[in-house]
Amino acid sequence: MRAFRDRLLALVFALGVLAALASGAQAGPYEDALLRLTADSFDDTIEGINGVALSGNPRAAAVIEALQDGRLLFSAESKRVFIKDKSDKLTDAASGEAVAGAGPADLAPVRLNNRLRRIIQAALGGLTLLAPDPAKRLEAAQAVFRSRDANALPTLDQAIAKETDPRVKQALIEARAAVVLYLDTASEADKLEAVAVIRQRGDQEALGLLGGLPANTPPAVKKAAADAIASIENSLAMWTALQNTWYGLSLGSVLLLAAIGLAITFGVMGVINMAHGEMVMLGAYTTFVVQEVIRARNPALFDYSLAIAIPLAFLVAGFVGILIERGIIRFLYGRPLETLLATWGLSLILQQAVRTTFGPTNKDVGNPSWMSGAFELGHITITYNRLWIVVFTLLIFVGLLGLLRFTRLGLEMRAVTQNRAMAASMGIRTARIDALTFGLGSGIAGLAGVALSQIDNVSPNLGQGYIIDSFMVVVFGGVGNLWGTLVGAFTLGIANKFLEPYAGAVLAKIAILVLIILFIQKRPRGLFALKGRAVEA
Amino acid sequence: MIGGLILRSLDRGGIVFLVLLAAIAILVPVLNLALPPYSPFYVSSYLVALFGKYLCYALLALSIDLIWGYCGILSLGHGAFFALGGYAMGMYLMRQIGTRGVYAHPVLPDFMVFLNWPELPVYWYGFQHFPYALLMIVLVPGALAFVFGWFAFRSRVTGVYLSIITQALTFALMLGFFRNNFGFGGNNGLTDFKDILGFNVQAPGTRAALFATSCVALGIGFIICRVIVSSKFGKVLVAIRDAEARTRFLGYRVEAYKLLVFTLSACMAGVAGALYVPQVGIINPSEFSPANSIEAVIWVAVGGRGTLTGAVLGAVLVNYGKTYFTSGFLAPYWLFVLGGLFVAVTLLLPRGVVGTVWHWRGEWRQRRQAAAPETTRVPDAAPRPAE
Repeated sequence: MRAFRDRLLALVFALGVLAALASGAQAGPYEDALLRLTADSFDDTIEGINGVALSGNPRAAAVIEALQDGRLLFSAESKRVFIKDKSDKLTDAASGEAVAGAGPADLAPVRLNNRLRRIIQAALGGLTLLAPDPAKRLEAAQAVFRSRDANALPTLDQAIAKETDPRVKQALIEARAAVVLYLDTASEADKLEAVAVIRQRGDQEALGLLGGLPANTPPAVKKAAADAIASIENSLAMWTALQNTWYGLSLGSVLLLAAIGLAITFGVMGVINMAHGEMVMLGAYTTFVVQEVIRARNPALFDYSLAIAIPLAFLVAGFVGILIERGIIRFLYGRPLETLLATWGLSLILQQAVRTTFGPTNKDVGNPSWMSGAFELGHITITYNRLWIVVFTLLIFVGLLGLLRFTRLGLEMRAVTQNRAMAASMGIRTARIDALTFGLGSGIAGLAGVALSQIDNVSPNLGQGYIIDSFMVVVFGGVGNLWGTLVGAFTLGIANKFLEPYAGAVLAKIAILVLIILFIQKRPRGLFALKGRAVEA
Repeated sequence: MIGGLILRSLDRGGIVFLVLLAAIAILVPVLNLALPPYSPFYVSSYLVALFGKYLCYALLALSIDLIWGYCGILSLGHGAFFALGGYAMGMYLMRQIGTRGVYAHPVLPDFMVFLNWPELPVYWYGFQHFPYALLMIVLVPGALAFVFGWFAFRSRVTGVYLSIITQALTFALMLGFFRNNFGFGGNNGLTDFKDILGFNVQAPGTRAALFATSCVALGIGFIICRVIVSSKFGKVLVAIRDAEARTRFLGYRVEAYKLLVFTLSACMAGVAGALYVPQVGIINPSEFSPANSIEAVIWVAVGGRGTLTGAVLGAVLVNYGKTYFTSGFLAPYWLFVLGGLFVAVTLLLPRGVVGTVWHWRGEWRQRRQAAAPETTRVPDAAPRPAE
């Protein structure tokens, strides 16, 4: 025993002397590791990499990065390692001093293979675990979580002890748990604890980690993992449902925006305005023009472009709507089918007019800064533009509800919806109400255009894409009742998004259309039909 | 007996129309095939195909007029039945290609080989036989219309609701046919046809024959419509159009009448589509687009709904206008013209061209009768065109 220790000491001494002689620097773990890199054998290089990574030397990261890029050169003769930077300048890896001239004659890059590259990756991950930037540390922790590299364990423990940022600490603990789970030598208790940590994480990656445990895992750990998988799957299913609901609400609010104006005009006047989609398009183009003017005149106002576009779009679309009503629709009263054809013709004209004015290509409408980006809520990503559109839609809905309930115009509109002849006998000027209703419905379509310009392509065909869906909402929800439209829009939106994962987007749409056709069987006048005694509505 | 029924149902306008149609059916192919190209009376093969296409559109317009003009059902999805008939014919034509396709597969059409389909889907079976294809051309649109109509009319979906639902129907079909895994060629549809009944589709002789067949089909369609609208059945249809509730209260089963005429109309549209496909050489999902169906409705409105000759005339006039406009420097303005047509016809010419002429003639006769009061006549029992 003693002899062995003596011999070992002698060996260490000899190595130390050799290193000191060769490199002219004092020996330490870092220098020893560097020395191994000069041996030109893959096994020694591995030892060298791990040694450098664990040495804690400030130049360690630079050495390993250079090795990764093939910029680490060694001289077998002088047993020295050099880092070559991008301008071919040499630096001594041990001392950090710049080398004048070309350096030793037998310089060669340290050779790599795929196994080494993986180890380098892990070593770099371990090094950045201690980086001063928390974002870097978080990234490194997530990288270790995925690579589950056992070599990172000591660094991880060190990092966890030092960590102050709770988010990074959590990530580090999870990374450690992932490593422990795949480590043969870890104890059962450690592994059980690790399963609990991963279970807390509860996302798709945790599922993958727990699903692929090595075969020699103890049975108790396996059982705990199976339990954890079941619980994670449950919670993931719940999150998926929540996510679908959110997407459905988002789609529903778009549908509601597009359909609500249609529902009003259809409710009051009994005519379907096929040019409604084009009112939406006009609103979107108004936004485009506003943004163009702002870009040209005063770019600082860009964040307020939507606030400027909203009233303008309402006025433009509303004005065109009143023109249509006064110019065409009022001559076609009592002939709803003809109105349908005439407004279809109008929609063709409007589309072509926009196409000739602005060109057939998609127009670029930008998001203001407060509408771009996203945030995470649990496991759902919510983009700001979608969120704002939902809010905007609900505001419009509430505003419209208030208008119908509390203003004189709303009262008169409701009266005309319920019984036109009686309303006229009471002295309501129904023709004026018709024109205003049509203007209001078109104006709201214009507002919808402002919102849609933020999430859809602004092209002359913009309205076409929404018109059939809006009709479906109106048919489904029933006319003359805003709540029907609200329920109809959100039901269709959510149903669509829940069907999509099973059936695909197109089939989901077809299924919805078929369901509506069947639904009409039960309630030919929609979900919230006005009660009345008319034989023919 | 049937001959007598037909003769009784035809008025003078109908006979003139049929004679004209017969003359065209004979003259155009003869002028195309028998005359040399330099002759001033020569009709080019391009024109034969073009007018053949118009005739198919005319048959489609006729089928729309039957339900809209006489029964008040405004279908904005009749293009779906037209396209389904077209697809049935297209499937027959695809099966006739055989080994002459790009991939030279004996059974599978090119697009299926391209998409790695292992075998022919079941619904393609039998389409190599012409009689089976003929049956499907009538049966598929008819069955769809029957099922759809049964649901719609039973629950008294009327007016704009029905129009919107029919539009949704064709929209859903369009989305479906755009999909590759539906097995109908997806985006590209069916094309690159070679033979029909052993004759080359491209050959002038085949084109002329197809043209003549279209004339015959249009004639038969016209006679069928004429027989229907001048029968007691047709009078009930008009009653439904003008006062549906009252007709129901009188004891007629309105939904049965509507269902029958709607299904028949869909079958006619299917035949029109089937004749259209070999003459145009392609069928793709855009035929299902709602815009196409609405455009077909405007043909009827221009010609005059409730007048069968008007529907035919409207289809030919509007489509000739479309060809004329979209082939020249006026192309960007075609949509203005078409849109303007929709507005102008509904506002200024609600009876359509033929309907207005009839109306004038009727007034002129009344004035003449007022001048000679001794000839008291039973008021004309024939259904008047829709207002």
